[in-house]
This record gives sequence, structure tokens and C-alpha cells, in this order.
Amino acid sequence: MQARRIAIWESENRGGQKMGYNFKETMSKPERLAPGHRMCAGCGGTIAVRNVLRGLHEGDKAVIGNATGCLEVSTFTYPYTAWEDSYIHNAFENAGATLSGVEGAYKALKRKGKLDETFKFITFGGDGGTYDIGFQSLSGAMERNTDMVYVCYDNGAYMNTGIQRSSATPMYADTTTTPVGSVSNGKPQNRKDLAAIIAAHDIPYVAQTTFIGNFKDLHLKSEKAIYTPGAAFLNIMAPCPRGWRYNTPDIMEICKLGVETCYWPLFEVAEGKWILNYEPKEKLPIEDFLKPQGRFKHLFKKGNEYLIEEFQKEVDRRWEELKFRCSRG
Amino acid sequence: MAKRDRLSGNEAIAIALRQINPDVFPAFPITPSTEIPQYFASFVANGQADTEFIPVESEHSSMSAAIGASAAGARSLTATSSCGLAYMWEELYIAASNRLPLALAVVNRALSGPININCDHSDSMGARDAGWIQIYAENNQEAYDNMVQAYRISEHQEVRLPIMICQDGFITSHAVENMELLEDDEVKRFVGEYEPENYLLNPDCPMAVGPYSISDYYMEAKRSQAEGMKHVERVVLEVAKEFAGISGREYGLFEAYHMEDAEYAVVMIGSAAGTTKDAVDALRERGEKVGLLKIRLYRPFPAEAIAKALAGVKAAAIMDRAEGYTNHGGPLGADVMSALYRAKSQALAVNYIYGLGGRDVRVEDMEGVFATLKQIAEDGDAGETYRYLGIRE
Repeated sequence: MQARRIAIWESENRGGQKMGYNFKETMSKPERLAPGHRMCAGCGGTIAVRNVLRGLHEGDKAVIGNATGCLEVSTFTYPYTAWEDSYIHNAFENAGATLSGVEGAYKALKRKGKLDETFKFITFGGDGGTYDIGFQSLSGAMERNTDMVYVCYDNGAYMNTGIQRSSATPMYADTTTTPVGSVSNGKPQNRKDLAAIIAAHDIPYVAQTTFIGNFKDLHLKSEKAIYTPGAAFLNIMAPCPRGWRYNTPDIMEICKLGVETCYWPLFEVAEGKWILNYEPKEKLPIEDFLKPQGRFKHLFKKGNEYLIEEFQKEVDRRWEELKFRCSRG
Repeated sequence: MAKRDRLSGNEAIAIALRQINPDVFPAFPITPSTEIPQYFASFVANGQADTEFIPVESEHSSMSAAIGASAAGARSLTATSSCGLAYMWEELYIAASNRLPLALAVVNRALSGPININCDHSDSMGARDAGWIQIYAENNQEAYDNMVQAYRISEHQEVRLPIMICQDGFITSHAVENMELLEDDEVKRFVGEYEPENYLLNPDCPMAVGPYSISDYYMEAKRSQAEGMKHVERVVLEVAKEFAGISGREYGLFEAYHMEDAEYAVVMIGSAAGTTKDAVDALRERGEKVGLLKIRLYRPFPAEAIAKALAGVKAAAIMDRAEGYTNHGGPLGADVMSALYRAKSQALAVNYIYGLGGRDVRVEDMEGVFATLKQIAEDGDAGETYRYLGIRE
């Protein structure tokens, strides 16, 4: 059944035909992250979480892991939890290893005949807990092909501690540790391409996505990640209105611009095969993505045009590289 | 039926673990504890244990995975030494605060730097306030016996705290000694099945672990750990009594060696106690009233019982195999002196730092310590209470 579902999904996806996705049905599934938590209004993190969890089939049980970050401190403040499933937060840098242990316990208890039910394992980390401090633990869990999905909700900085740069922060972003100043244009380095790095671990499934249209891309990738045996990794661009400084209700527009400018391409790597999920008919200039965000405001000052040119060059280089990978299959 | 065998301390621990057959064992190698997961991996490879063995990429991850497994409802453990223990420091506190009954086989080794692979207690002494139970062994037999008793203490309903089973790097971990092993089924019966009340993989009731707890609850969480600790002394003694029933070997909170009428006592932890026993024997033959108090349970610290055991002594030397950099001694020194003060003891006490980084301790060294104690008692003055043994000044 599981194999069949994946096969159907793949043929639909590749053929560009009608996919097995019903928006109304999907959005009507019972919430597995209950309302009443303390995340900011308009936070991309919780949009990512709620939609990934919709990938779980109703009736299937799950253990959710979580690296320290906004999501953890705002959804499990003692004595309240917003999580309907079993949930474990351990520390900042070890969500991968912690779920490895949980999954190991599952295997052991199953083997010893102490557990009959099926559980799925999903862990969430921000880019700080995933790209940076938790990178080793994540790499280990992926290399061991732990039967889990690691979901990075990537908002491109350490937002919980107050918008410090991470290795996911794009070049020239104004953060509190790469502030724009009289001799500084923001973060001097490019962001790390984590999805490609995890794909290099040769795990069964890696995908990059964000909030687009009716959430079909995110939903199908989540479902596939959850029901693919072995390790899976999802990198979800999840804008932070406070850190990115855009008009909060515009989150869907921001995500769309990220994709249409090819800053955040939608792709997946299934069993080593690179698949480009969306190619804009007309690639928009990067200014369209940068302009609505306060963290890039300085790029639009007179005399700073060359910074935008450099940013565009890097986006183009990465886009061509991705297309090349996908052309080889 | 007990089986006699010749084993290293590491192999003895690995055999105890095979007999216990825990559910999950995440591990990362570090000298001198490496052999424990190595032996255990071969047991798994040969079908002698059906434990989920997870060879992780660091000690931080081995403890993190052990915590995940324990929270999930599995009996779990890991093993480590020195920098490996230091690397998992953060996780030690989390295991304890989650009230997870997991075990850590510690093979004591000096912390870097300078880098050194030999024995001292700086690793586990640094973790003494992490909320873990700490039990130390003098020899291979004790290491094995303590491991067999570990889960009974740690998983006890009124305790539910993680436990470190410590032995001295190389001195016991690698040296081969004659010892007695229990039969596999005896160990299995003694340890019993692990049946947690609440756990992540409970299909009937989900659970959330590891909350953000602000000032209005944090202190109660810490107090609850302290409450668990209060029951440990009693449980350690109950489990030891039951263990004596199957093994014939008796254990307490500490071992009092010729302490009944001792006027001069050494207090210490670990393998050097064996050396000290030789010194005590030699001096007793010469009519000297000397004794040894060897700590077994160090956390929680059985202060009252220790002060009582030392009540009759004129002078005591407290031996620390770790520095504390307080300018007045090491951690065991501070704990014992505080116990003596609270018991209004009149004993003169000095604190020695010894054996750091594997520095050898000889019988003559310990005879020298007893001679110093006698002199102190005669002078009625302890003099400098912060001393080093066997150092090139």
C-alpha cells in the first residue's frame, strides 16, 4: 500500500497530471498541533508544522521531536502542551540523535514483542538547530538511515534569541550579529545549501519546499517523507515576519516570490534522483523577493545596486547548478 | 551457580550488560571505555543480545539517544570516559531532570589538558552535581556487581534517577582479575523487566517530554529530583541485601576496612583503596590502629553514615583523585569535611590530591599518609590541610 502510494505520487508528479491531492479534505484533517500555543501571529514555523503533520495518515501514531527554539518554548510551556502526539524536546543541538534513540527504542520494543502499534517519527528544528549547532547530530542520524523525517523550518536566522545570523542566512541580510553599518552591508557570506548536503548523505528522500498555492507541494512531500522507509529530510522555507521585516499578512506572497525568483527552488532527491518540481515560466528578478523585506532595505540605497547584482549572480549560479543536477536525473 | 572467570573490568561490564540485555545501547568509543561497546557489539553481532545497538557519531549523541530511548519506554544506557563524559555534560542534567532511569558505565579517566588517557576521577567528579546517582568500584568484581544492581536502584519507583557505574580507567578496566560471574538467568531474574508508567511509545496515552519551564515551575522540578535522591541510600541498601542473597557478596554505602577501633583513617574512592588495604594490613601487623573508609555511593553523599563511621578517629586523610581548584582541596575533601563539621567531629582532617592522570600510588605512599596522620594527632594540629601526594614540587 505504501509503495503503491509513492509510485502513484511519482507518476503523477513527473507526468504533470492531476495529483492525488484534495485541498479541502487535507485542510479539514484534525489538527495535530492544537491552537492556543504562543507562537507569533503569522509565524511560518507553525504553518510548516501543521502542514507537515497533515501528511500523517489519520489513525497513525507519531512521536514528534523538536530542537530548542521558538517552536519548542512556545508550544510546550509547562504545564501546557499543544502537541496531540507524543513529543520530546531534548536540547538545541541533538534533535537528530534524540529521535534516533526513540526510533531505536521502537525497533527494540517491536522486536521483543512489547509493542504492536505502528509509530512514525518526525522531528522539527529551526535553521539554527539544523544547519549549525545540530548539524553533526543530524548528519549522524541521516547517515545511519534512521527511519525518521527531519524537518527544518528554515527562517534564515536564530530568531528565538533575537535574529542572529546562521549559516542559512542569505548574503547581505541585516541581522543582529551581522548588522548593517557604515562599513558593513550585512552578512558577508552566502547561505549553506543544506538540502544538497543532506542529499549527499545518500538517504532515500530529500525535498525542499515552502508555502505555495494550495499547499500541494508541501503536503505531498511531507506524506512521501513520512511514508518512505529510512531517513528523509525536508527543508521548508518558513518566513519569520519579525526577522525578515515584511508585512505579516503577506507571507504567501513572500514565499511565492522566493520560488518565482528561483531563490528557493522546489525540488526533491528521491533515491538519488534529482527532480525539479517547478520551473517558473518567467524567472522574476531577485529584487522582487528582496524589496518587501526590511532585512534587505539597505540594498536599495543608491550606490548599492552592485550588491543586488551580486545577489542575483549567486541565485543564478545556484539555479543553473540545480537544473544541471536535475537534468541528469 | 556462580562461574569463576578471569576478566578485565570492561569485559565484566559488557558481560553484565549482555546478561541484563537492555533495549537500546547508543555508543561512541573513547579510551579506556571503548571495549565496553566493542564487546557488546560482538554479542549483538552473534545473537547473544537483541539490544538495539546504535553506533552514533559522538558522546553528546550517545547520551541524547539514550535519553530519547529511555523516554520512549526502553531500558537504555551508554558508556564513556573523560572528554566523552564532558561532552555529554549538558545531557546529564536533562536525563536527570526528566527522571529517566538510564545507566552510564563510566571508566574514569583524566580530563584534558594536557591530554592524558589514564585514570583519575576528574571526569565523573565534575558531573557529581548533575543529578545522577554515582557508584564507584574498587575492582573488577565490584564493577560487575554494581552494574548488575544499577537498574534496580535507578528504576525504583521512589528514585527514578539516572545512575553512573564508575570504575578506574586501565587499573580495573584493562587489568584482568579473577572474579565470579552470576548465571545469566539469575541476573535476568534479579534485574527484572522494565515497566515504565508513562512513555512516548505508549499507544494508549501520548506523552510530552522536556518542557520549557519558567520560574514558576523550574524550582519544583529541581526539588522533585532532590526528593528522588532522598530515597537512594535506602534503596541502595535494600538492593545490596537482595544481591547478597544471590551472590554472597555484601555491599553497603561504603566499605569500612578495619575501622572498628581505628584512630587514623583514610577516606577514598576507587582502585587505590586496594593499595591502601595493603598499607592498613602492614601497619595493623605492627600494631597501628589504622583503617580505611572506601566510598561506594558518592551521589547522593551518605554524610551522616560516613561521619558516624569516622566518629572515633583522631585524624583522617581524605584522598581526592581530582582537583577542585578551591585552594583548599578536592570535592571528596569538601564533602567529608562538611559531614564531620555537621557531626561536630573533633577529628583532625587533611585533604590529599593524588593519582592525577594515572600517577601511581604505592603501598609506601599510603603508609606515609598514615604516618603523617599519626604525627598530626600527636601535634594536635593538622597544619596545611590541602596537600599533594606523590608530586614533584
